[in-house]
Amino acid sequence: MDALLGPAEPAHHHLAYGGRIARTQRHLLLPALHAIQDRVGWVSRGALEYACRRLSIPPAEAYGVVSFYARFALTPRGAETVHVCDDIVCQLAGATPANGAHGVNCLGLCDRAPATLVERAGESPEEIQTPPIRGARRGTSRLLRRVGVVDPESIESYREQGGLVALRKARELGPDRVIHALIESGLVGRGGAAFPTGRKWQSVAIAPVRPHYLVCNADESEPGTFKDRVLMEGDPFAIVEAMAIAAMSTACEKGYIYIRAEYPLARMRIENAVARMRAAGLLTIEVEVRRGAGAYICGEETALFNSIEGKRGEPRNKPPFPVQAGLFGKPTLVNNVETLVNVLDVVNGEFTDTRLFCVSGNVLQPGVYEVPMGTPLRSVLIDHAGGLPPGRTLQAVLLGGAAGSFLTPAQVDVPLSFDATRAIGATLGSGAVIVFDDSADMKRALLRIARFFRDESCGQCVPCRVGTKRQEEILERLLGSPNGDSRADVMLLSDIAQAMRDASICGLGQTAASAIGSGLTQLKVLNG
Amino acid sequence: MAEMVGVLIDGHAIDVAEGSTILEACRFLQIETPTLCQLDTLTPVNACRVCVVELEGSRVLVPACSRKVEAGMKIRTDSDRVRHSRRVVLELLGSSVDMSLTSQQVHRWMDAYGARPDKFGDVATVAQPVKIDNDLYVRDYSRCILCYKCVEACGVDAQNTFALGVAGRGFEAHISTEFDTPLPDSACVYCGNCIGVCPTGALMFKSEHDMRAAGTWDEARQTVTETVCPYCGVGCMLELRVQDNTIVKVTSPLDSSVTSGHLCVKGRFGFQFVQRRRH
Repeated sequence: MDALLGPAEPAHHHLAYGGRIARTQRHLLLPALHAIQDRVGWVSRGALEYACRRLSIPPAEAYGVVSFYARFALTPRGAETVHVCDDIVCQLAGATPANGAHGVNCLGLCDRAPATLVERAGESPEEIQTPPIRGARRGTSRLLRRVGVVDPESIESYREQGGLVALRKARELGPDRVIHALIESGLVGRGGAAFPTGRKWQSVAIAPVRPHYLVCNADESEPGTFKDRVLMEGDPFAIVEAMAIAAMSTACEKGYIYIRAEYPLARMRIENAVARMRAAGLLTIEVEVRRGAGAYICGEETALFNSIEGKRGEPRNKPPFPVQAGLFGKPTLVNNVETLVNVLDVVNGEFTDTRLFCVSGNVLQPGVYEVPMGTPLRSVLIDHAGGLPPGRTLQAVLLGGAAGSFLTPAQVDVPLSFDATRAIGATLGSGAVIVFDDSADMKRALLRIARFFRDESCGQCVPCRVGTKRQEEILERLLGSPNGDSRADVMLLSDIAQAMRDASICGLGQTAASAIGSGLTQLKVLNG
Repeated sequence: MAEMVGVLIDGHAIDVAEGSTILEACRFLQIETPTLCQLDTLTPVNACRVCVVELEGSRVLVPACSRKVEAGMKIRTDSDRVRHSRRVVLELLGSSVDMSLTSQQVHRWMDAYGARPDKFGDVATVAQPVKIDNDLYVRDYSRCILCYKCVEACGVDAQNTFALGVAGRGFEAHISTEFDTPLPDSACVYCGNCIGVCPTGALMFKSEHDMRAAGTWDEARQTVTETVCPYCGVGCMLELRVQDNTIVKVTSPLDSSVTSGHLCVKGRFGFQFVQRRRH
């Protein structure tokens, strides 16, 4: 921990300055906790209290933070921990955590299902992800053109493959014209909310309060979603280049990339890319790579800010919006990985409205595919992902991950656009496409989604904290018993769903019932 | 002087000071709005969501307790959507927490919104044994609705002691000291300000807890004597709750300009000398 925080202040110094220096480092709580766990495998009381002293954090508050994040262990365990994903996609692939292993929510390795992540603590800690099964096939790639082609650790290779052109061009254009180009392009955020990117950049650029912060949201945790991982692992310099453009255009003075804990390779590659871009003088602001700690909710932008600040990842109420008061209460530009990579092509004048979709489940070629907006879902499933295994028929598609909704075989001709999906009550969400053939147990999938939300709810607001628990309980009763009063239970679920959608603080609670609701109406899971 | 902002609530046009919350505007119009986690002396956390209202142009309902008024807002406080969410929030809480010691007002809201917490059937609750680890107050977290008030009062909103925090996540989230250590080993200074703000009886004077257990607690027989704390020169306003000529509990009014309802360990618990009677 001292390697991270530097040597401890002498005691007399700490007293003389009232711990002021320690307090300015408060935001380093999560990195400090990771340092502890990387070294000894879990967070002991003594270690936590030492972190509290070094960072001037009350122990009760720090305990609240450690116990919030699923990745931190508060009880002694061995150096090696095996995380076995048993989420929707890996469950389809037959994952069942064996004795001693530990079942976790989606690891973002759905194209390799069933997936695991091994964490090994020690002098030189290791994290080992399930290796790729085969090179994923990719469509007419604009966003993915360098993935698998470029050496992801070399800036020279990146330059040879057409990298760094956009940054030079952006510097020539200047902030105003870059933002204007973004607005003109019609690019909208790829994280799920689809907010116009140019308008967001403009709001931060003109915000009078200083400093401005830049945050790249790489906490991709929606089950069935792994596009940002593929981009970060395969083309990390593109993301850092886009951040350099963003920082210049919106006058940000400091940047962060918040990468989910389950992506060690992506984190390593991004750290390397940041260091090399800094060394080459191409990235003029300091960019810190932050590691999540196992909390889906931290993909919500305001929860992500709290997490960077070293707090529990509880979402904040909006307004104020991040562009007004975000990270550390200052104007903050927060963009998803895929959105940032698109910025390069906007600046280069090569932007076309394509999107990445992550296809997984019962298909022959799971992977990330880039298709123009409006491409029919069927084309993605068959032309890109190779269709279903031989002899199987389609049962359902879960579009948008756990926060999305189920489509029936009759609906797979829907064009993948915001309007067309909305018209059938679905959403593109994060671009997750999970395919279920006729062999899939849909009841089990629905129950897994209910468990996911109960597990990932932050617990702050009542509709989500108790609602996700009740949803799971009632669904278990409904799908488990052959002669329960199913009509009454379906009514109860829809009652809870409406309150969660209307009254929850953040998007997690607001969408926690949507897949289950659509599953109950669209799929034949109910008796009678 | 603050600028005035015009809003429309349930069809009533009203001008309120800029920076006011929707809740304040509703109170001005005497529109009753249920609240659980809100207290005038604490920063709003908008966690309970029972105060939600419908705001025209907003996809979701907004919390009245923390949302500031903006010119031209059109708000409905009694639409079907609002009533639905308020009812379900009360039901979800009532199904997981023992709310029997909440104020009469809360029970009235339960009736008014038609909340039936038993409708979910046999479901998980936060029931657990009462924590009795000191002579001054007890913690019964089976009554805790996680309104965050005690954490705020223990933290920057009043006491700056930081003995309590929220730990865990989701349905397992709970109020806790570090590693659930007993209060005497924690940072607690026994100011009792957490008891002062607790809306559900989860935090309670040990005297009250013992009397309730013995069946001798009887609010109808209690009188309230207002006085000023005799200990130091600050002059905190005290309300001595007296039953059978014995002080059973000490509070301070929320609207007292000296205390805002908060006291210290002496004012809150140091009353035994008053009743040291000579025999």
